[in-house]
Amino acid sequence: MSAQAKHAERGAAILSARDVRKHYGGVKALKGVDFDIYPGTVTTLFGENGAGKSTLMKILSGVEQPTEGQIVLDGEPVRFASTVDARERGISIIHQELSLAPNLSVRDNIFMGRELVRNGSVDYAEEARQAAALMAELEEDIDPLTPVGELRVGQQQIVEIARSLSVNSRILIMDEPTSALSATEVEVLFKVIRDLTSRSVALVYISHHLEEALEITDYAVVLRDGSMTAKAERSEIDLPWIVRKMVGENFDLGTPPTGYEFGDVALSIESVSVADVSVAGRSAVDKLSLDVQAGEIVCIYGLMGAGRTELLEAVAGGSPLSGGRVLLNGRNISGLSIAQRIEAGLCLVPEDRQRDGLVQTMTVGRNLSLASIGSFVRGMLLSRRAENDLVNDAIRDVTVKTDGPHAMIGSLSGGNQQKVVIGKMLTTQPKVILLDEPSRGIDIGAKAEVFRLLAERAKQGTAVVYSTSEVNECLSIAHRIVVMGRGRIVAEFGPDVPKEQIMAASGESAAA
Amino acid sequence: MSQTNTDKATGESASGGGWFSRFDLVALLLEGRAFLGLIVIIVVFSWLSPNYFNVDNLLTMTSHVAIFGLLGMGMLLVILTGGIDLSVGSTLGLCGVMTGFFIHGVDLGSVTLYPALWVVVILVCCVGALVGLINGVLVAYFRVPSFVATLGSLYAVRGVALLMTGGLTYNNLDGEKALGNTGLSWLGFNSLFKIPVGILIMIAVAVVLIVMLNRTPFGRWLYATGGNARAARLSGVPTSRVTVLVFVMSGICAAIAGLVLTSELTSAGPTAGTTYELTAIATVVIGGAALAGGVGNIRGTLLGAFVIGFLSDGLVIVGVSNYWQMVFTGVVIVFAVLLNSIEYKGGRKAG
Repeated sequence: MSAQAKHAERGAAILSARDVRKHYGGVKALKGVDFDIYPGTVTTLFGENGAGKSTLMKILSGVEQPTEGQIVLDGEPVRFASTVDARERGISIIHQELSLAPNLSVRDNIFMGRELVRNGSVDYAEEARQAAALMAELEEDIDPLTPVGELRVGQQQIVEIARSLSVNSRILIMDEPTSALSATEVEVLFKVIRDLTSRSVALVYISHHLEEALEITDYAVVLRDGSMTAKAERSEIDLPWIVRKMVGENFDLGTPPTGYEFGDVALSIESVSVADVSVAGRSAVDKLSLDVQAGEIVCIYGLMGAGRTELLEAVAGGSPLSGGRVLLNGRNISGLSIAQRIEAGLCLVPEDRQRDGLVQTMTVGRNLSLASIGSFVRGMLLSRRAENDLVNDAIRDVTVKTDGPHAMIGSLSGGNQQKVVIGKMLTTQPKVILLDEPSRGIDIGAKAEVFRLLAERAKQGTAVVYSTSEVNECLSIAHRIVVMGRGRIVAEFGPDVPKEQIMAASGESAAA
Repeated sequence: MSQTNTDKATGESASGGGWFSRFDLVALLLEGRAFLGLIVIIVVFSWLSPNYFNVDNLLTMTSHVAIFGLLGMGMLLVILTGGIDLSVGSTLGLCGVMTGFFIHGVDLGSVTLYPALWVVVILVCCVGALVGLINGVLVAYFRVPSFVATLGSLYAVRGVALLMTGGLTYNNLDGEKALGNTGLSWLGFNSLFKIPVGILIMIAVAVVLIVMLNRTPFGRWLYATGGNARAARLSGVPTSRVTVLVFVMSGICAAIAGLVLTSELTSAGPTAGTTYELTAIATVVIGGAALAGGVGNIRGTLLGAFVIGFLSDGLVIVGVSNYWQMVFTGVVIVFAVLLNSIEYKGGRKAG
């Protein structure tokens, strides 16, 4: 009730959703949601994957139309015909998936679709000047003429943000804007957000990074399963409250599994170097050595660009080593193909599940069995029964929520898709499993399940190596935390180290 | 979850049924339209001309379908991996010429070698495979886009065929009993149980490919490569090898089509099969395959071949001018793809 009183102080809502419902065929994505945004404030939308956050934002920004219910802008009911329509009324959105043209420059991307025209031709000079000003505001040292494809993901995210800033929106919706940003970049973004709110722009913020969102938000709205479960002001809430409202129960990300001895060294990375593909002559991984024992869980922590992805990909055979060697149970596997390494018992769950993890044209079952086709070949043909058993076991093992193995992979929520990618690799019965950011873009409930799964495998003697950029995830199931920076290991910790120490070691300022 | 006990390994696998039946339903609907289209074509032309719907004409049309079907199936394999093969028409032409060349004898200076027909068939298939191999290696290992690589071979291979014959046509391909190289006419010209041998060959190839696509690891690799090559590679699929092999298979399909066509025409001209690559693409597209890769099947492609073949022959029979035939064919192709894109658009939605 006091929140209600505060709303009155802030003035009327600039944009509201009234009893909005959205159905996709038989699926009810939103079941009657009321949502208000006030000028000069940040409203954060919390919720697990599939809770309906993105759907609600798409409706508010004109990407989709509600099945039922109303959108009210400045007290008037409105209907957005398209995103352009919504943008002209001052609403813009930064999508979770970047919508940039990689072949065009930063300048051209920022002004795409609304080029500045003078005397009948595009005023490139003015565009470049404005683009440079935006980059300066965002404290990012990017030349406006750089092709976007040459930037790393975090910088591309900055360009996306710059694009929405350049429109001078009254309402700005950000769907997971920080997922690819480094801690310093997040700080800059927050500064920009505060600046925007002081100019009475209304912001809607979505993030899986709960602590980060709490830092910036004024209001918290929690969605669960298409309905709003809670709404409160920042001063009245804390992290456990949000988590409770999101998942409806207490949980944690687990603890390192105990009660068993580690086995022999399963994976031995010996002074491995990997060339940086974007900068000739530089190494993304620089003479790095690491041993992992059977049953041990090692977490590799580091900022974007620390070389984690490059290291894991090279170890798995996805890219060549420029030096050093990789041993699996004492056998040198540096020269083997990806298929041979999987056969030998080493596999990688890649970071980007849409790009590298899933075959979108295939069913859940065929995705799950893709890496272990050899195990259900009888004679020269695939045995449907053996594949069935394998797939059903995998679905049960990794608890994928699906209509069955024949459902298309795209019908699953992000968390369940990730479980399929992990399940696909676990089905190969690996001795060593590498996971690159296994929790990226999945909700906290699914995260906990993924870590539980990994802990179980470790207990059975699998060596687990996962990378993360969230400190909380280091301090979950890992027996050992390795901090990477500039392609080297800069520190190693046990499981009881304080967060601040890990972050300090990575070169990150103690932001969160 | 209770479908553990699906049917055993029977010929039924051809339909790709089993526990992926739900996905097949969508595919079936798509093909259903192609099938409906085919029925419409037959009904309309039967009404327009009394000569259309009788056994003789149906068999003649079917032997034309065989050529498009064979080329289309090879094309389908390439398209399933997300590529395209523009060289099949030229390969067909070259293989026809090679057939004539071998039957007329290979002059080795002192002796002239007359290989037996089965040897000719194998040699010609090898020629097709070689063209495919070059295409495949260019695409998979030298990263030349398949459109460009096969556009190059479209010209080069046609050029070789013209060079070999000086632009002339090989006639008199029956061979001689004394030389032991007779029998070419059997392949396309003759029939078995009143069914043209060409169509039987097409069916045989179709059966082999259906089993390959649905029941072998290679088939699964092929679909995975087309659906998402990066994900497939990281899952241990040898995507480069798959790419090379589909081009080789497409080349072999073109070679078989070349043999059948040469036999049907009882002559081998270096310009045979010009623009057939486009017809082959059309059959695949009408059959519901996605040019982006990963979606499509043999059944659909064969239906597409029937639609194209029955339509163009029907237009000839009712006396529509050559120019109008092209217009009609074009409209049918675009219409089919239009239906596909509507279908795919409605397909994907996630929360």
